[in-house]
Amino acid sequence: MNFSQKTFMGYKRPDGQVGVRNYLGVLSTVTCANQAAEDIARHVTDTAVFTHQQGCGLLKNDLDMVERTLINLGRNPNLGAVLVVSLGCEGVDAGKIAKQIAESGKPVETVTIQKEGGYFKALQEAGLKAQKLAGGISHLQREQIDIHHLRLGIKCGASDPTSGLSANPAVGKAVDYLIEAGGSAVFGETTEVVGAEHILSLRCKDKATAEKFLDFVRILEERVKQSGADMRGGNPSEGNIAAGLTTIEEKSLGAMVKTGSMPIQDVFQYGERPPAGKGLFFVDSPGREPEILAALAAAGCQIILFSTGIGAPQGFPFVPVVKICGNRKTVEKLVDFIDLDVSQVILGGETLADAGKRALEFPLAVASGNKTKAETIGYCGSTAIYQTGPIV
Amino acid sequence: MKNKTENMDQKFILLHTKDNTITALRDLSEGDALTIEDEGKREQIILRENVAYAHKAARNYISKGADVFKYGEVIGIATDNIEPGNHVHVHNVDSKRAKKDGS
Repeated sequence: MNFSQKTFMGYKRPDGQVGVRNYLGVLSTVTCANQAAEDIARHVTDTAVFTHQQGCGLLKNDLDMVERTLINLGRNPNLGAVLVVSLGCEGVDAGKIAKQIAESGKPVETVTIQKEGGYFKALQEAGLKAQKLAGGISHLQREQIDIHHLRLGIKCGASDPTSGLSANPAVGKAVDYLIEAGGSAVFGETTEVVGAEHILSLRCKDKATAEKFLDFVRILEERVKQSGADMRGGNPSEGNIAAGLTTIEEKSLGAMVKTGSMPIQDVFQYGERPPAGKGLFFVDSPGREPEILAALAAAGCQIILFSTGIGAPQGFPFVPVVKICGNRKTVEKLVDFIDLDVSQVILGGETLADAGKRALEFPLAVASGNKTKAETIGYCGSTAIYQTGPIV
Repeated sequence: MKNKTENMDQKFILLHTKDNTITALRDLSEGDALTIEDEGKREQIILRENVAYAHKAARNYISKGADVFKYGEVIGIATDNIEPGNHVHVHNVDSKRAKKDGS
């Protein structure tokens, strides 16, 4: 399946990245600024607001993680401009966040609630700034863009036995086709890797990358053990076994098959952005939706391909999330959440290769402006940033 | 995944050409004949026992101690000799990874 001549209609950004949406991003730096950020976004069209419960009362490692996540979220090419909404006394450095987003060349403004003199004054200042920023990017036009500028995030959730047999292998094919065409893809879910890490480590481009990858898995397992749980012990569960899963390897591979078969070029910490260029990348992250969707958005993905069996609803404020499902009952029942039906792989009539082709054609159409189900209903407000230590 | 291991029969799926198991896409019964097409070649197995939806059956003879493949990767090790058409599951396959030492 050759996609190398395919194109999409996107927005060129000053740093060479290409957006598939053209939002003014309103980023809250800290939980205490969330409400102001949401209220500002409500008054200005074409904005996408990102809120979270972090930004303060965290240990150094986590504060660093939140900072780099916010910086890289701001640099996501689906945002044409960014308004940073800060309280003032938070642990993360709002000035640094705004400055490093601005280094990408996009317009950035900051509003600090304590400095402005309270909610109403901040709202006025921020509203005027947001209006100006949103107006300033409104003239941008979509242009024809080569497929190699596309970076897909990959995630599965609310899985069932169809996931490992249709949706995930179809996504894996789509990822292979995209990378063959010069594009890139990012996966995470360190928790899902456990059990198949030895197999995935063999796909790392060199030994140093494999070691880094295995370290992420080891550190996660240690952290889980410290909390008194064992990730391997209960896997596969009784329910998994009844559903035909025999070993933890099989369970993990059923999730990891969505990464396709290409070498893993490099691995990154949560909140980091892999460099531009072709290939498959890994970002250390939990499997829970709000946290990993933010990690994939920070990694520069313009679109997230999300496979599900039972039916996951999540979207993301400024990165379209495409739901792909191999369970016909779910496709019919959750018609307002599922974008792409690959149940024919199971019910008869479609090969995985053909389902994989559709699993790339669909996001290409979304890249050109087609809206996902979650976008049309605005089901994208459940957002978060990961933390590994205590809240203090 | 450069395999051409699709089947249009859709009673089961062969996920990778390297696999020595197939996975049922509906509840299958003892005596069912499955025609597997793999890279242009056809082969047939007769199920020796019932295999429920999403469960696996052996495509080839798998001797005790041999690797069991799905997705083109090793999902475990056979703890018994497994005949083609046998149900492949926890009774005749063990994880190579989920040992208490974590290795």
